[in-house]
Parts: sequence; C-alpha cells; structure tokens
Amino acid sequence: MNIWQGFEPATLIALSICIPFIGAILVIATGKSPNLREASTLAIAALLFTIVLAITDLTFSGVGQRLDLIEVFPQLTISFSVEPLGVLFALVASFLWIITTIYAIGYMRGHNEKNQTRFFCCFALAISSVMAICFSDNLLTLFIFYEVLTLSTYPLVTHAGNDAAKKGGRIYLGILLGTSVAFLLFAILGTYSLTGTLDFKAGGIFDASHSKLVLSCLLVLFCYGIGKAAIMPFHRWLPAAMVAPTPVSALLHAVAVVKAGVFSILKVMIYIFGLDMLKELSTTDVMLYIGATTVLLSSCIAMTKDNLKARLAYSTVSQLSYIVVGALLATSIASAGAAMHIATHAVGKITLFFCAGAIMVASHKKNISDMVGLGRQMPITMTAFAIGAISIIGLPPMAGTWSKWYLVLGALEADKLFIVAVLMISSLLNIAYLLPIPVKAFFYPQEGQNTPWDKHDIKEAPLPMLLALTITSMGCLALFFYPQPLLDLINLIPGISTQLDGGR
Amino acid sequence: MLEQNLAALPIILPLIAAPLAIILGRTMPIWILATLVSGCASIISLQLLDTVLTTGVISYAVGGWQAPWGIELRIDTANAFVLVAVTAISTLVLLFSKDSIVKEIDCSKHALFYTAHLLCLAGLSGILITGDAFNLFVFLEISSLATYTLVSLARDKRCLTAAFRYLVMGTIGATFILIGVGLLYMKTGTLNMLDLATRIDLYDSSRTINTGLAFIIVGVSIKLALFPLHMWLPPAYTHAPSAVTAFLASTATKVAVYVMVRFIFTIFGASYVFHSMGMETILMLFAIIAIFKCSYTAAMQKNVKSTLAYSSVAQIGYMVLGISLVNVTGLMSGLLHIFNHALMKGALFMAVGAVFYRLGSADISAFKGLGKRMPLTMAAFTLAGLSIIGVPLTVGFISKWYLVTAALEQSHWFIAAAVLGGSLLAVVYIGRILEAAYFQEPDEANVAKISEAPLSMLIPMWILVIANIYFGIDTSFTTEAAQHAAELLFQNGQVMEVKP
Repeated sequence: MNIWQGFEPATLIALSICIPFIGAILVIATGKSPNLREASTLAIAALLFTIVLAITDLTFSGVGQRLDLIEVFPQLTISFSVEPLGVLFALVASFLWIITTIYAIGYMRGHNEKNQTRFFCCFALAISSVMAICFSDNLLTLFIFYEVLTLSTYPLVTHAGNDAAKKGGRIYLGILLGTSVAFLLFAILGTYSLTGTLDFKAGGIFDASHSKLVLSCLLVLFCYGIGKAAIMPFHRWLPAAMVAPTPVSALLHAVAVVKAGVFSILKVMIYIFGLDMLKELSTTDVMLYIGATTVLLSSCIAMTKDNLKARLAYSTVSQLSYIVVGALLATSIASAGAAMHIATHAVGKITLFFCAGAIMVASHKKNISDMVGLGRQMPITMTAFAIGAISIIGLPPMAGTWSKWYLVLGALEADKLFIVAVLMISSLLNIAYLLPIPVKAFFYPQEGQNTPWDKHDIKEAPLPMLLALTITSMGCLALFFYPQPLLDLINLIPGISTQLDGGR
Repeated sequence: MLEQNLAALPIILPLIAAPLAIILGRTMPIWILATLVSGCASIISLQLLDTVLTTGVISYAVGGWQAPWGIELRIDTANAFVLVAVTAISTLVLLFSKDSIVKEIDCSKHALFYTAHLLCLAGLSGILITGDAFNLFVFLEISSLATYTLVSLARDKRCLTAAFRYLVMGTIGATFILIGVGLLYMKTGTLNMLDLATRIDLYDSSRTINTGLAFIIVGVSIKLALFPLHMWLPPAYTHAPSAVTAFLASTATKVAVYVMVRFIFTIFGASYVFHSMGMETILMLFAIIAIFKCSYTAAMQKNVKSTLAYSSVAQIGYMVLGISLVNVTGLMSGLLHIFNHALMKGALFMAVGAVFYRLGSADISAFKGLGKRMPLTMAAFTLAGLSIIGVPLTVGFISKWYLVTAALEQSHWFIAAAVLGGSLLAVVYIGRILEAAYFQEPDEANVAKISEAPLSMLIPMWILVIANIYFGIDTSFTTEAAQHAAELLFQNGQVMEVKP
C-alpha cells in the first residue's frame, strides 16, 4: 500500500471514486474478451482496496482529508471528506468487492448468464457510487450518490430480463426512488431551510433553537426516506430484488445497497441530529419500536420462506433494523455496536448468499426443503453456511458476537429492557430459521440414499466460488479474534466509544 | 450600427428570412437559410443576455419613435434568458428537422414548414423582447398563426382537427388578452408596459383594471395551457410533426408563461395581483391539480407523444406554482424551469421523433425492444427522462430543489410535499416507456426496419441531453441569470427607469 504514499489525501479520495468508474469503462472496452474483462475488474478491485487501506492509514494518523468539487447551490457543494465511519464502510465494501468479483466469475460462467459485460460494468458503477457515499461530506452529496446507486443497481436487479425480473425491478425502483424523493429529499430540504447548512458535523447541526416538533417529524422522514435501510413497511424492495443473480444479491443486498442505507441512517443520527439531540425527540422512541418490530416480524416471515434467497432476504431486513435500533438507542456504545454490525453482518450475510449461489450452480436447488442431506455433496459450502449462520445469530466464536454484545450493552445503558428482550428473542428466531439448514444437510440422509458417505459424492461449485465463500467464512472467524482494528476505527468517530459510560 | 440595432435583430432576421424562404423554393437552401438565421438569432441573444447581465436593461425605440408613443423593445434579464432558450432550441430543432420532416410532411410543404417555423420564431422573439402590451398581442398572433400552420402540416390527417381545436382555443385566448389590454388602454391611455405599470398604480381598485386583469390572466392561461384550460394542447402535440412538437413543447407555452410573469410582475405589480386580488390561491390550486391530474393522465396514455404532452401540462404546473409562491426563489424556480424544461422536453420529443422516423409510429408498442435496436436514441430518452423525474445531476433536480426551497421559505410544507409527491408520478410515465424499450421484444414486423437514427437527428438530441447534465452540475449560468431576473421582476417597474 506504500505505492500511494506520495499522493495528496484529496487525490486519494478522488481516486477511490474514479477508479471503479474507470473500471466500468475498462469492462466495456474489454467486453469482447471475457478473460481480459474479468482480469481488469479484479485488478481494479484490488487497486481500490489498496487505496482505501491508504486512506485508512491516514485516518489513523489523523490527517484531515477533504475534496471540494463544484458548487451546485449557493453554499452547497458536492464535496467529500474522510471520517472514520465512512472509512469503515469503504473498507468493508472494497474488500468484499474483490471477493465478490472472484465469486461472480465462477457464478456467471457456471450459470451461463447473458449480458455479462453489462453486469460487470454496472457492478463497478455501483461500487463507485458506494465510495462516493462513504466519503460524502454533506447530505446533498450523499443524496446524489444514493440515487446514483439506486439507478446503477437497477439493471443488475433486472438482469434476467424476464417478467419476474421486471416486476422485481419495478418494486425495487418504485420504493427506493419513491421514498428517497418523497421523504428523504423533503427531509434534506427541510433541514436546509431550518439550518442553512447540510454539512455533517460532529454533534449535529441542530440546536436548542429549533422546534422539537419539527425535528421529530424530520427524524421520521429521514428514517423512512432512507428506504435502503428497509424499515417496515418499506422493506418490500429487498425481497423483490432477490430476482437478481446471486453475486448481486450478495454484494449489493447484503453489503453495498442495504449498508449504504443503514450507513446513511447512522450518519444522519450522529452527524446531523447528534446523539444528545436524538435523546430529546419524541419520535426517537417511536421509530425505535418500529425498528424493533421490524427485527421480530421479518424474522418470523423469514421462517415461513422455503426459498433460500427469500429467507436470507428477510433475515437481512431483520438484521438491518439491528443497526437502526442501535442508532436510535442514542447511546454511544449502541451506536458503536451499530457501526460494528455493518462490518460483521456484511461478512456473515455475504457468506450465506455465496453459499446459496453455490448450491444453485452446483445442484440447481433453490428451496430449503430440497437441501436435506446436501452436506454430503457440498461439505465445504455447507460448513461455510454454518459458520455464516452462527455469525448472524451472534454466537462465539464468530464476528457477529461483538456487534450484538455492544448493541445489548447499549440497550442496557439506555435502560431499554424491551430492546434487550427483542434482541435476545431475535437471536432465538435466527437459530430457528438458519441453523436447521446446515444441520439437516449434514445429519439427515437424502431421500433414497442410505449408503455411507463416499468422497465421490462430492459435487461442489466451481473453484472461484468455493474460494470466495471460504475467504468470507474465515473472515467471520478472524473478526471474532481480531476485532481490535475495527474497534479502533469506531472509537475515532467523534462522540462514539466502545467503552461504557464509566470509561469517559 | 449593427451594435445599436442588435436588440431588434432576433425579430427582424427571421421575419425577413421567412418570405425569402418561400422565394427560394428548393428545400435544401431553405433549410440552410433557416438554420443560419436561427443560429445567428441565438448567438445574438446570448450576446444580449451578456450585455443585460453586465450593463443592465437595453431599451430600443423602434423606428426612432420614443416610448411611450412609439414601440419600445425592452430587454432585461428575464426575457433575454428565455430568448436564449427559445432561439437555441429553434436552431437545434431546425438541425433535427432536416431528416425528420421527410417522413412526416409532404415534400411540397417543406418550404411552408420552414417559413412557418421562422415566422413562429419571429413571433416568439417579438413577444419576449417587446416592451409594449399591444405589440405583444400582435406578436402573439403572429406566432400563434404560424403555430396553427405548423401543427396542420403533418401527413396524419388527425392533425387537422387538432390544429382546428388549437385554433379555436388559441383565438379565444388571444381575444381575451386583446380585451384585457383594451380595458387597460381605456383606463390609462397608454400601451407601453412601463407607462402602464406606473399608471395602473393610480387605479388599483378600479373595476376596469380588475376586469382587465381577469381577462388577461384567463387568456394567458389558455395560451400556456394551465389546467383546466389545457385541452387543446395534448391533441396538437400528439398529431403535429415531431419536429414541430419538439419546438412548440419547449418554447411556445414557455413564452406564454413568460407573458404571465411579465403581466403580473411588471405591468400589474405583484402586490396588486397577489395581495389585493388574491390571485396566488387560484394559480396555486390549479397548478397543483395540473401536476397531479395531468401526470396521472400521462401515465394512462398509449401514445408516447401524448404522454409527453400531458407531462408538459404538468410541468407547466410547476412553473405556475413557482410564480404563485410570491417570493424571489419561487419566481426564480419558475424562470429556471422554463429554461430547464425546454432542455428536457426538447430532447425527449426529439428522441420520439427519431423513433417515429424509423418506425412511423409513436405508440408505446413501437418502443418495444428499442433499447437494443436504437441504443443511442433510447439512452438519450432515458437520460432526459431522468431529468423530467428530477434525479440528481440533471437540470430537473435543480428546478425541483429551488421550487421546494421556495415553498419551504413561505412555510408551505404541504406544497413542498405535493411537489415531491407529484414528481414521483413522472417515474411511472417515463418508467412505462423505458420498460417497453428495454424489457420487451420488438414485434416481428418491425424488426427489419429498426436501426439507429441518422446522425443529423442524434447530434441535436445529444447536445440537449448533455446540456441537461451539464446545467445540472454546473448551475452557475442558469441560476445566476434566473436569480437576477427574478430579483429585477420583484423590484417591479419603479426601479426600471424609462431611459436606461
């Protein structure tokens, strides 16, 4: 990563946004030759990761980084800056982009998908807008790239081009564009007309002079406006988007798009409202309980789904609301847990999606009821699935433990025992709908198959896919044992600390 | 010499060129002449805007007869800004029309098309830069008559009834304006706008002036197709030749919006129209209904041209809404949207024109599978459609932003919400067309004749699309001009002294 040492910090930010964009162009240029195309995607992804690492280094050493582009409205510029929460999200997204690219190569070829060039191109564009979201310095910039992300992922969602894809795409675009224009833009303009600024500022931009009633309304508008966070009842787009090819579901709907949503929510809560202001608003608790309801309800819905991807989709809806709940608890430690959950849920959920795709490619199975005894054929995939599932549930020794730990601590600190109970019940529900899948795959025999296990039974997915899902499942383990870098990063966020209040 | 008379040239040039076009007779030279004239007019109007922004209002006495007796041409930021949009669009449409009209207008009528187009341009420019209320009516008639001709030129015979309907409604509108101006003249004895402005102040509560205001507002509302007086517009836009629709949709109604602004702010004065007469409530109400009702109707249409026509009526709602908010930001967003809407609607209708050129139909079913067959045209349509929806990084977003800011400045939270909600309907009507283009297979019969549109159509289309994005990112030019214009209009006639 030392290759970036001589560069100005502002240049690095610009590069992190431009490089995936250049990648998209490269993909189109090399579209004729699949090998070259995918090699260039991989190279670009790796390059991006090194840049983000360099930015992380600078963040730790406390170098301020800022990049102002163009003034769109008076005193409102498209500008970027680096702050720890954004770096955390950028790290997760850029690292998982590499892995997903490896996986996508195996999947798209193994599954004989059409229009692969368009796929890789839109993929790179989506990452480019995610980077811009990570580093955006004000709400306007965030909003612009939030919309760009929605539009650039639309062709990915509708990749199959059939009626189901069209219908899914309609719901996807309808809800995401609808909520963002009707609520989020409204909230942003309301904020602007109240304060005259949209900059993210430590401690928030509102003060005592603003009416609590108006701010409470704005809070609701923000929560529902950021439709990508999938708070009920605006969650339908997430299951609808599952018509996309699995690598898209994996990266975009377990990592980039949904995390862009909860990331925006965290940003708004921490840097626009400020945790202290948040505590005083009357609707914070309302939204908190709506979030908690989302956690429980969608877990219940997940249980009824037999299609694996649909079950994972509802599980994502539920997990996203963990982060929303964490943000709305408005204590420093809960916010830390929420930020941490962005990373831990990402590795866990992407593992699960990778496994779902691997099963689809190798054995053409989509429904959970058909996966009984599949552990014989796909031992590696199913092991990875078990690891991912345990991480999502939040049991040691997997990464999910830490974020859930901090979330529960935060709920206790805020004296919200109800939330503690919700989180616990949700863990139980997670166990109920995730663990039976690997258990039945390993310990139940397939129908009409009574012979002892033989290694000739193994029929795994193509190697790139296996490689990808092994790496992410190892990631779940690694983050349990070495969460320190992540915690250090989170502790850099102003006003957020993983210490209990006594540590102040 | 030239420099002194620059102000009159945007009217004079096309007015002289129009009869020349008939004399020339052959299509090619006429096209070159028309395009050159229109191009010159747009360069001159840019020059005029520049002058106005740096040195202030230009006043030009036609024939050397001083105002208020003679006719005055008076260029300030507001009309220079709209003039730039009108002349630029006219030039691009002329570039576009060379191939487009071959399919849609009989060869024998091509000369007539260019002549009528030039006359229409002369009329529109005249409306914009004249400083005389009666003269404005005269130019309005010139442009309207030319417009009726343009609409009726199409091969499709349905254009005749559409043009007749347009003629009847347009004439009623023009007559109302004439009656209104007559009433004003009766009371004040003058027709010069500035003179009118100062004298009307003396008779604010007079019944004659009140009646005049009513006639003028209703007349102009017909011309600009404000809901519920918009019924002439959709058939006219649907059945007119595509090049004509592209031109009219982005200029004619916009100029009428300008006329409304001019009458309200310069002649009658905002405080009289809004505070004493309460006109803003009526305008606001109709504007909001227009946004919702017509966006909804747009989503129900089978023909893409009539979808876009209804969308135009809805977009006019946004402009009128901006005016009815009675603050500088609102008026500015209205003026800005005149310019921005010209960019997006121009591009959209050109894209539809290109499809019509290849397929001979503008029905949604004709758009099936075009995403692959006409990728550049459909990409242009998509980007301009995103602009109509108001996606960030396009001009539509900028207009919407200022309009909502203006509503919030006046604490109209519900209006702000309505504007944002209404813009969602655009997602539906644009989305339907895009879905057909990108997700459906073309009909067997059409496959053979589909190929990308000719360059002569793609280039003007893409210039507009790029302008949509450019002015959506670098907003300094458009917002400065609109802001300046709105501030001047609000300061009203008093500040604009008689001699510059």
